[in-house]
Amino acid sequence: MNVPQVKCVATMVAAVLLIAAGLTHAGAAEQKSTAHMKIALSNFYAGNSWRQALLKSWSDTASQAMKDHIIGETKIVNADNSAIQQSSQIESLIVEGYNAIVVDPISTTAINGAMEDACNAGVIVVVFNETATVSCAYHIITDYVEDGRLQAKFLGEHLKGPANILEIRGVAGTSADVDMHNGLADGLKTYPNIKIVGAVYGNWTQTVAQKEVAGILPSLPPVQGVATQGGDGWGAYQAFNAAGRPAPIIVMGNRQDELALWKTLVEKDPNYQTFSVSSTPSSSEVAFWVAQQILAGRHVPKTMNLPVTTIYKNDLDAWLKITPVGSLALTLFDQSWTETLIEAANTGKPAPDAPSPFLSAQ
Amino acid sequence: MLRLSARIAPALRGAGLPFLPVLALTIMVIGMGIMQPRATSYIGLQLILRFVPPMIFAALAQLCVITASDIDFGIGPFISLVNCIAATLLSSHPALCFLLLAAGVAAYGAMGAFIQIRRLPSIVVTLGASFIWLGLALLIMPTPAGSAPDWLVALAHWRAPYLPLPILVGVLAAIFSQWFFRMSSYGVVLRGLGSAPPFLRDAGWSLVVARSALYALAGLFGVISGLMLTALISSGDANVGTPYTLLSVAAVIVGGSSFTGGVISPIGAVVGAFIMLLTGVLLSFTPISSDWQLSVQGLLLLLVLGLRALSRRHA
Repeated sequence: MNVPQVKCVATMVAAVLLIAAGLTHAGAAEQKSTAHMKIALSNFYAGNSWRQALLKSWSDTASQAMKDHIIGETKIVNADNSAIQQSSQIESLIVEGYNAIVVDPISTTAINGAMEDACNAGVIVVVFNETATVSCAYHIITDYVEDGRLQAKFLGEHLKGPANILEIRGVAGTSADVDMHNGLADGLKTYPNIKIVGAVYGNWTQTVAQKEVAGILPSLPPVQGVATQGGDGWGAYQAFNAAGRPAPIIVMGNRQDELALWKTLVEKDPNYQTFSVSSTPSSSEVAFWVAQQILAGRHVPKTMNLPVTTIYKNDLDAWLKITPVGSLALTLFDQSWTETLIEAANTGKPAPDAPSPFLSAQ
Repeated sequence: MLRLSARIAPALRGAGLPFLPVLALTIMVIGMGIMQPRATSYIGLQLILRFVPPMIFAALAQLCVITASDIDFGIGPFISLVNCIAATLLSSHPALCFLLLAAGVAAYGAMGAFIQIRRLPSIVVTLGASFIWLGLALLIMPTPAGSAPDWLVALAHWRAPYLPLPILVGVLAAIFSQWFFRMSSYGVVLRGLGSAPPFLRDAGWSLVVARSALYALAGLFGVISGLMLTALISSGDANVGTPYTLLSVAAVIVGGSSFTGGVISPIGAVVGAFIMLLTGVLLSFTPISSDWQLSVQGLLLLLVLGLRALSRRHA
């Protein structure tokens, strides 16, 4: 490489850097003030610990943002597991003049009409956690397929040779349940020796899971692994225990009771293997900041993926220490993490890893 | 004959414009206008009341069954079934779709006849039927999907002159049902089924025909409700209609009808449908958490029943 060539390359690099710097700067300068704007959360169910964490995460974030004069007003409306009620509430929010409505939709299709009304009225609509097919909205998609795949991988690697597993599914008909099921089935293709010998719907609730597993266990051959969807691992263990069966690898779902159970199992048998995986309810926090950034004029892609939170044996004690009883392991997505997510999505890079809570806890 | 008039007289006394529900609705609308002036504009009402029409027809369907001193615990799932059929077939095979919906109405009529002939409690039969409706809906549509034809969606979003569409639908539904039940001669006969069936039979009317007519009419209103719902959500969902079972009962009772004796107020049922929807809206305009919505709707129901019991005692 001769000197002029080097110079030329150097100039090009400098130019690219300058343009990049200019772009970033322009991006920052474009930000409009959202201090007078209103962002609402429309949620469809509030009856378990995961949902309570989701709502708390939203109200903590939004009220802090109000104090900091980042937004003007916020509100949470809960529909009681009814698509009609959720639609009606969204229509009311439009009339109340909300600038953005963040929606955890009860159905992939049934509240599309209300969300389209919102779009037509110039309201920004952000869909998160569950999915909806409405095209005018922004979508933050929790990667539930990956949740299932990670379980298949862990079970495949730790159950050497032929093995039977029981699948505990969630709430029938929801997109999250279908995605986790598909991810598991897809991941297990790599391990033809592993057979799903039974499946029950545990509704993501320990008591329901316990009852359902207890009901199916007598008809099953020895089970070496249990794939779960979160909120059902503790109940599954109780059922195995009551039936006098040894504890299989039960994948946990990040709930405090499940993590505590895991620790007890390891104390009894240091060789006990499992891991824990779940979507994180602080996705509501990401959705809040995404809505705020869109209102501030930032370019945000229509679809973004959110990683799931996994806990392996090494981190168990650390997570247990910071997870309150009755709650679940919470990854904290703050404003700056959301900005890196948007940046990555804008430039076509994969989503950044979920932030570790230990950095802020220590 | 004297005894017949003595039986029907209380029914007539309860007739006419339902004073209490109309007063309650007026207060609610004024309150809403004060809290959120935008809500009482044409476009505001159009948005807020968007889900009233299916509720009105669900309430009218329940009204038909309550007229016979029965109760329908299956209307919600039936509306879901209509929704799933319409979202699957209305665009591609309209003829087949209407045939199936007609079969649904016929099934409702048959259910009425069955209850009359076998003298079964309607609660048990309609509850049993609700599982059939839900099962069929899930069979057609295990997960939410489908679409509504464009003309149906356009109809639901039509901007009527002067009056927002939901109010227009309410007025027309109230006029028609009031005329049918209180003025048309067969309507009076049907109300007799709830108040004094033996006299109806002695007068030469078939109780089987009367009850199955009321149930078929309920089925027809259920179909209309389901189609309106399909237009609004432009998709099918086997669970979407479930809340209508209890909401429709509440709307009818809030509207001044009684569970027994054929004492009904069709206008009241329509007003009741508006009231049930607006409690949620009003609540959402206040800083009160929406978690209280169900409780507030329940309290409202108790309040209305209490006030009615008081006014009846003084009457």
